[in-house]
Amino acid sequence: MERPLRLVVANPLDRLARTIEALLVVAAAPLSVDEIAAATEEEPERVETALGLVGDRYAEGRSGIVLEHVAGGWAFRASREATEACARLFERPVQRGLSQAALETLAIVAYFGPCTRPEIARIRGVAADSAVAGLVERGLIVESGRDDGVGGAVRYRTTPLFERVFGLDSLSALPRLDDLGDGIDDIRDRLVAVADQRTA
Amino acid sequence: MLVRELELDLDAFEGPFDLLLTLVLKEELDLAEVDVAAIVLGFVERLAERDRLDLDACGEFLVLVAALLELKARGLFPEEDAELSELEPEEAAEELARRLAEYRRMKEAAGWLAERLHEERDRFFRLGPAPFAPRPEHRLAPQDSDVLAGALRALAVEPPSVSLNHMALRFPPVAQFLERFRAVLRRRARFDFDAEVDGLSRVEQAVAFLALLELRRANHVSISQAAPFAPIRVTRTEETAATNERTPAWNVRSA
Repeated sequence: MERPLRLVVANPLDRLARTIEALLVVAAAPLSVDEIAAATEEEPERVETALGLVGDRYAEGRSGIVLEHVAGGWAFRASREATEACARLFERPVQRGLSQAALETLAIVAYFGPCTRPEIARIRGVAADSAVAGLVERGLIVESGRDDGVGGAVRYRTTPLFERVFGLDSLSALPRLDDLGDGIDDIRDRLVAVADQRTA
Repeated sequence: MLVRELELDLDAFEGPFDLLLTLVLKEELDLAEVDVAAIVLGFVERLAERDRLDLDACGEFLVLVAALLELKARGLFPEEDAELSELEPEEAAEELARRLAEYRRMKEAAGWLAERLHEERDRFFRLGPAPFAPRPEHRLAPQDSDVLAGALRALAVEPPSVSLNHMALRFPPVAQFLERFRAVLRRRARFDFDAEVDGLSRVEQAVAFLALLELRRANHVSISQAAPFAPIRVTRTEETAATNERTPAWNVRSA
């Protein structure tokens, strides 16, 4: 069902919606409701209502520009029907060619961050230096303080760009840790069986 | 099939297996960077290309890879050697299971991320540095210009000039102490520096000490001290005793 586009000039909410459109066109990263409220000098509640209007207007199938809620804010992206044309013209260096090592490192930082390179190496069993450096270069993780004590190791956390690239509203959109790790019990049983044999 | 000639193509290393071993043993390649699983995979693939199972090669490979793994484990967890070796087999199994579980979870999370990335492959958006304008922290309320002028006037008053008199160092010239010490030395062959300057101010004592050093430089006296902070003994040299009459005063040579 197509709803008619509402572009009534006199309505102040529509005016606010148009201002939000303008802000989102200029923004290079998702804007939070608070940021939009500060820029427009409006109440956050009214901004959210106006964002509803903007979302109606910029929806898949209705517009080449689509409003999405991602990385804790609001942003415009290209509609999915324009993907092929976009892919012919634009490169995506952040997403392209992420190795298995990089994805594992990214997962560890996303779940356990801020965490250090030794901690990542401990879980993966391989030094994490090059994977971490690559993720920092892509802007998916950043330094976030140091471990306590003199000469403490640098800690890393994921960036809003990480959430945006993976289309996550926030880090809490990741699957729960308890839901991961199929077959862990099986491994444990086998190890314990081996240990029993050795003590017997 | 020769295990040592197994060609490897890893992230950290490219070349034959025996070169990898050599580099590791020479510590020119950090074992922590080497993905041992990829080596095993390479070997197994090579093995699969043949019809017959080469048991000799398998045995050799197993020994080498086991040694490599042990080296790597020690390198990765050096501080845990003692801690882990004290564990009972059940505890060790439990600890190993815990770690494997942790890694298994992260591997699955990485898989989830990869899937997610694939699902989102048709999402295009604009990227770039966020060029936010610096936001003024506070906006000032309207001000009364007379009040502002009054405040500025108070600040514009010239401050009272500060006296620097106490900064000037006032002390007697070195020559005065030179004269004084020479006079003493004419009367006595030796004297005690500390006793001589006793009661003088700190600055005066310092100047007196400079005068003493001047005398020593001109070789008119010798100076001795039994221990650090002990009294300084000043003794007239023989030459001074002999020439005392001829050169009574401090002269250019000693300056």
